Amino acid sequence: MSRLRERVRDVRTVMWKERKGLLWSQGSRWRIVLPLLSPLFISIYIPWQAGIDWLEGYPSILICVAIPLLFVGISIPESFAGERERHTLSTLLASRLPDNAILLGKLLSCVGFALMLLLPGLLIGAAVVNGVAWQGSVLFYRPIVLLVDLGLALLVGLLMGSVGILISLRSATVQGATQALMGVFLVPPMVFGMVLMLFRDKVIPFLQGFGFAATLGTVFGVLVVGNVILLLLAFNRFRRSKLLAN
Amino acid sequence: MTASEFAIVTQQLTRDFASVRALDRLSIEVPVGSIYGFLGPNGAGKTTTLLLLLGLLRRSGGEARVLGFDPETEGTDIRTRSGALLDDTGLYDQLSAEDNLEFYARVWHLPLDHRRQRIHELLDQMGLWSRRRERIVKWSRGMRQKLAVARAMLHRPSLLFLDEPTAGLDVVASNTLRGHLAALVDAERITVFLTTHNMAEAEQLCHRVAVIRDGELLAVGSPVELREVSSHTVIRGHEWSTEAVQDVANLSGVLAASLDQSTDRLILELDPSADVSAVVRHLVLAGVAVEEVTRKTESLEEVFLNLVGEES
Repeated sequence: MSRLRERVRDVRTVMWKERKGLLWSQGSRWRIVLPLLSPLFISIYIPWQAGIDWLEGYPSILICVAIPLLFVGISIPESFAGERERHTLSTLLASRLPDNAILLGKLLSCVGFALMLLLPGLLIGAAVVNGVAWQGSVLFYRPIVLLVDLGLALLVGLLMGSVGILISLRSATVQGATQALMGVFLVPPMVFGMVLMLFRDKVIPFLQGFGFAATLGTVFGVLVVGNVILLLLAFNRFRRSKLLAN
Repeated sequence: MTASEFAIVTQQLTRDFASVRALDRLSIEVPVGSIYGFLGPNGAGKTTTLLLLLGLLRRSGGEARVLGFDPETEGTDIRTRSGALLDDTGLYDQLSAEDNLEFYARVWHLPLDHRRQRIHELLDQMGLWSRRRERIVKWSRGMRQKLAVARAMLHRPSLLFLDEPTAGLDVVASNTLRGHLAALVDAERITVFLTTHNMAEAEQLCHRVAVIRDGELLAVGSPVELREVSSHTVIRGHEWSTEAVQDVANLSGVLAASLDQSTDRLILELDPSADVSAVVRHLVLAGVAVEEVTRKTESLEEVFLNLVGEES
């Protein structure tokens, strides 16, 4: 078996365990499903209001950011802090699984689940638009809109996941990891929003002059670079000898 | 260091945590195919040693070879060939017993047919087959320990690390688990490195034991050898004289002789080759009225307490 195939198999093994744990953990289903009710509500209410623009414009970006942020934000703190809290980490690390397979398996499980939850949201949105603004034939998202939506969801999920793993690696408890992650993802946008409010006279005309496509391209670029940096950092920080030495 | 006859060899292995020395120049050799007991009180450095040997901690000094590999640079090779039951069972509560084993069978790339067969075989041997589909969250500690032992042996490792496998179990559960463990080790012919502070367990299972305290190695040998070293001969009599005791102390094979005048007993530490009858004859000729000669062999627990007590 080639080394790559072996690694892929290891990643899939970790994902198998994560999936089992997530689906069958007592109480975890409701803990995850309840916060997702609001994005699901959004995927009904906003398409209702937006009509065809939901499928042809970009309002659907809203749920493509909200669902990965919420789902990954809720599930990723469990990744290592949960293993540590439940005393399963040392046994997992004493196995033959390579470091990168453990890390990738956990990250991809969370992001993969987020994308799987997003798809029904997008389908519900499309169904609502067709219901309220029937045009004689079934309408669906423009390919470019769908591509932007899914690409953005993937990048946002990976970003949240990478930050979450970095925090979870160092946290003793899931609660501690969750609080730290919420801090990281709530405080910077709040500060950014306040700065934007203070300098709105200068910033808003600048952004308007920049154009939607260029803004979107910049956002994608920043997310890609951010993801690469954070993933490299997470791989670098994942050291068996350090995880158990604390 | 040779790896062929020893599964584990350490030389001057040391580990410091900040200013605390958890392991102090440990040198041991664990023969292939043996059950090696690593005994010590809580905080002696047993778990640290185990984590160092598995390549899960970095050493501060010394050398180690496990199955011929260096834990520091070839930890993956060691972990691929070994199984471990660490300080906790490491089982996933939300999964069933079968899924817990299924996960680790996948981790070790067991082929599907073999995986099913092996899980069945181990659960059957541990008496857990009928409860395989239950989530283990409500299982007793004894059942979980048995499942964890099964998990550690799933991929037929050549080396098994067990960190206090019967800790927290009642007498019956401990004995049952020891029985299962001994049977499995015997059937699969593997090397076991077992940490424990349960002397009965060490005496029942281990071919060799090492006693450690505060990171320092105090004694190594088979349980019989350790008990033999600590055994002594007691001679009860009267009409003792200082000269007679002094003469006996100088006899060949007598390592130490001390007279307890309050009980009229002479306590002798003898070399295994020493001739007790010659000692008695010598005492009789020196005018001592010898009434009784007994050989007292201490249990491993007494040996352990003496060793640990002396050091503390």
